Amino acid sequence: MSTSNAPSLVKRVQTHPLLWPVVTLVLILMVNASLNPGFWMLQWRDGHLYGSVIDILNRAAPLMLVSLGMTLVIATRGIDISVGATVAISAAVAALMVGGKLVITDGVAQHVSRFPMWLAIVCALLTALACGLWNGVLVAKIGLQPIIATLILMVAGRGVAQLLTDGQIVTVYYPPYFFIGSGYLWGLPFALFIAGFVYLLMHLAVTRTALGLFIQAIGINPAAARVAGVRERLISICVYAFCGLTAGIAGLIISSNVKSADGNNAGNLLELDAILAVTLGGTLLTGGRFTLAGSMIGALIIQTLTSTIYSIGVPPEINLVVKAAVVFVVMLMQSAEFRRAVRGWVLRPDAGSHA
Amino acid sequence: MTHTPPTAQAVAPVLELSGIAKQFGPVRALSGVGLRLYAGEVHALMGQNGAGKSTLIKVLTGVYQADEGDMRLNGSSIRATSTLDAQRLGISTVYQEVNLCANLSVAENIFAGRYPRKGLAGAWAIDWPAMHRDARTLLARLNLDIDVTQTLASYSVAVQQMVAIARGLSISAQVLILDEPTSSLDDEEVERLYIVLRQLRDQGMAILFVTHFLDQVYALCDRITVLRNGELVGEYPAAELGHNALIAAMVGRELAPASSADAANDASRAQAPEWLQTKALNRRGHVKAMDLGIRRGEVVGLGGLLGSGRTELARLLFGLDRSDAGEITLDGKTVRMDSPVTAIQLGLGLCPEDRKAEGIIAELSVRENIVLALQARQGLWPAMGRVQQTTLAEGYVKALGIKTADVDTPIGQLSGGNQQKAVLARWLATQPSLLILDEPTRGIDIAAKQEIMNEILALAKQGMAVLFISSEMEEVVRVSDRIVVLRDRAKVGELPAGTNDQAVYAMIAGQA
Repeated sequence: MSTSNAPSLVKRVQTHPLLWPVVTLVLILMVNASLNPGFWMLQWRDGHLYGSVIDILNRAAPLMLVSLGMTLVIATRGIDISVGATVAISAAVAALMVGGKLVITDGVAQHVSRFPMWLAIVCALLTALACGLWNGVLVAKIGLQPIIATLILMVAGRGVAQLLTDGQIVTVYYPPYFFIGSGYLWGLPFALFIAGFVYLLMHLAVTRTALGLFIQAIGINPAAARVAGVRERLISICVYAFCGLTAGIAGLIISSNVKSADGNNAGNLLELDAILAVTLGGTLLTGGRFTLAGSMIGALIIQTLTSTIYSIGVPPEINLVVKAAVVFVVMLMQSAEFRRAVRGWVLRPDAGSHA
Repeated sequence: MTHTPPTAQAVAPVLELSGIAKQFGPVRALSGVGLRLYAGEVHALMGQNGAGKSTLIKVLTGVYQADEGDMRLNGSSIRATSTLDAQRLGISTVYQEVNLCANLSVAENIFAGRYPRKGLAGAWAIDWPAMHRDARTLLARLNLDIDVTQTLASYSVAVQQMVAIARGLSISAQVLILDEPTSSLDDEEVERLYIVLRQLRDQGMAILFVTHFLDQVYALCDRITVLRNGELVGEYPAAELGHNALIAAMVGRELAPASSADAANDASRAQAPEWLQTKALNRRGHVKAMDLGIRRGEVVGLGGLLGSGRTELARLLFGLDRSDAGEITLDGKTVRMDSPVTAIQLGLGLCPEDRKAEGIIAELSVRENIVLALQARQGLWPAMGRVQQTTLAEGYVKALGIKTADVDTPIGQLSGGNQQKAVLARWLATQPSLLILDEPTRGIDIAAKQEIMNEILALAKQGMAVLFISSEMEEVVRVSDRIVVLRDRAKVGELPAGTNDQAVYAMIAGQA
């Protein structure tokens, strides 16, 4: 959504909103490669690509999806901290409905699902959509503050998920379902195609329809958008509902990947990772201008970071502290003001002495 | 009124201002202004917009410091350097919009910042029983018996206003300044406020009352001080200054007798049926039983002082507020104007009064701002492509002479006048049947003002109806085919084209 007028290529690259997210990602990848010489290695195994990078892409897919939904919510000046709970609910619904058991008929062992798999998926997604709709109504119709409105579902949603699963971890025994989160298509993780498809769909929706314009107008000045005839309430509700839906899809991928649904831990703290991904991608939390591609990159940054921390063997008890420290540095690096200050210190080393 | 105002000679004023001057950059906001406020009087401070009332109040309450002049309280010279300072001296103010904390209790609001303490002064513990008791006592003086432990938000605006006054009383028993205290109250509530103010006056309080409602001045006030263009016009006993003389003092000209001789200059248009009509359109506390008609191609001006219901009427017509009685018809068909979306579908447009808050979307480009209403009317699909948007926006940038580097510049970077033109362009793009312009020329320079006015007239010639609202009466008179005169939220009459601003003021004063 940036202008593509005549200025020189260098200038355009320098001022491109995605410059710093991309630089950050490249840096983290380079650190990875230096620590782990086999990082870039790709192998063809069992009919698909195999390697660290593929692994990161696969694991990043749920976060990408949730971040995409979150981007639109944040662009309308809102926030949705219930996406983690929505992931858990969607995962629970899908796992319960797919279920699966080994049935031996005529001496042939066969996996049978409780309900048809497509029905389970549709129901899980509808439930997630309803969760998002609930948030949207609380925010846009009732007028609750977004953080409080979605806090309700964040807390209650975990409870709902545990109620559904009876407090147990529901295990799925139905191999076709595993394709969503662990399958491969054309050698690449299938989950990546889902995230890519949703991104493409959203990209078309915000650029080919007036949705992007309206969402930005609402995020910058809701009162003026209303006077100009933008249906700001309806659009806000739809945006929250869509955010719920993306969380629902993420829930399917996660439960399929681990072949189970855990009401307590599925999607735990995913909302915070998603907000972080959106911010790292360059969308302001104050609403208005947003970038879907930035959020995709943001999600990749976070997943790469998480994978790195595990792969280089940071002790588990301090890995959250390490992650926080890196995020802090990344945030500073992306701040134009901080970069200006650093340039000041570097160019005038004496300046710091009297500060 | 049985009250006899104190005579200036008998006692010394509680508060006396003389030779007050205040300059903002090159603008002289006040010069040589004086004001005398006596114990036991309600004193009205009157003047048009920009006369310097607010500046004077702010000097009085310590928000601004006067460049020159003298302020005396009980005969001794004072100099308030902050609002807190003024309060400590015994001058307290109740502002137009209740500026209390809705989520605190009534008692907390009254004593905010000055909570009574347990034991030693300056101790940490708050003496809640004492605070609640004192709050009840204060409110009892205002004939109000409410639960002071409830949050302020649980009470009506009128009660909140009383709480604000109680807070004023608790700060000082000497001088109370009321800055348009009635603008959000209805008749009954205003009447109750009068009773309280008269009572306080009889208890010896000096009350300075700022209002735009002429009726209130005569119902309540003993003396009137009139300002014009930052200068003192005079101080008059209310009983000796008639409606006309008061308006003449505010406007600065003698009022000519209203002439109804100017016949409508366009007979054929006058015969045309009214495109939009309102019948007894009402919203409690905003607009009273309004009958209004606007024909195609007609510019109808709304004449009236601030607070007369001009903006409120515009908001009702455009569906930003809902009416509680009456109806709106378009081409004879009754319509439910329930949201701006509906209003736009029906062919209305509104340039809102507050350009920054409700007009521009500052970080979006001029192009996006211009296409917004048209695109909103079309819905999400089909979306105008970038080329189409640019063509449209550049067309209006050229036609209206909007000064901008290009149409992709964020509108927030433009000057006020150019922002206003872009908002105007946003509505012109929808080709509305009726465009409501609420203060379209506020805060913009003369040249831009002229261009916008010319544009309005040109549009009307092409058949668009315009409802024109402005605080500058000369502007209203100049562009309007017909002027609907409002006073105290109700219509008081109509004037034809070719009238002058004095006639409008005369009608506001109730002469016509």
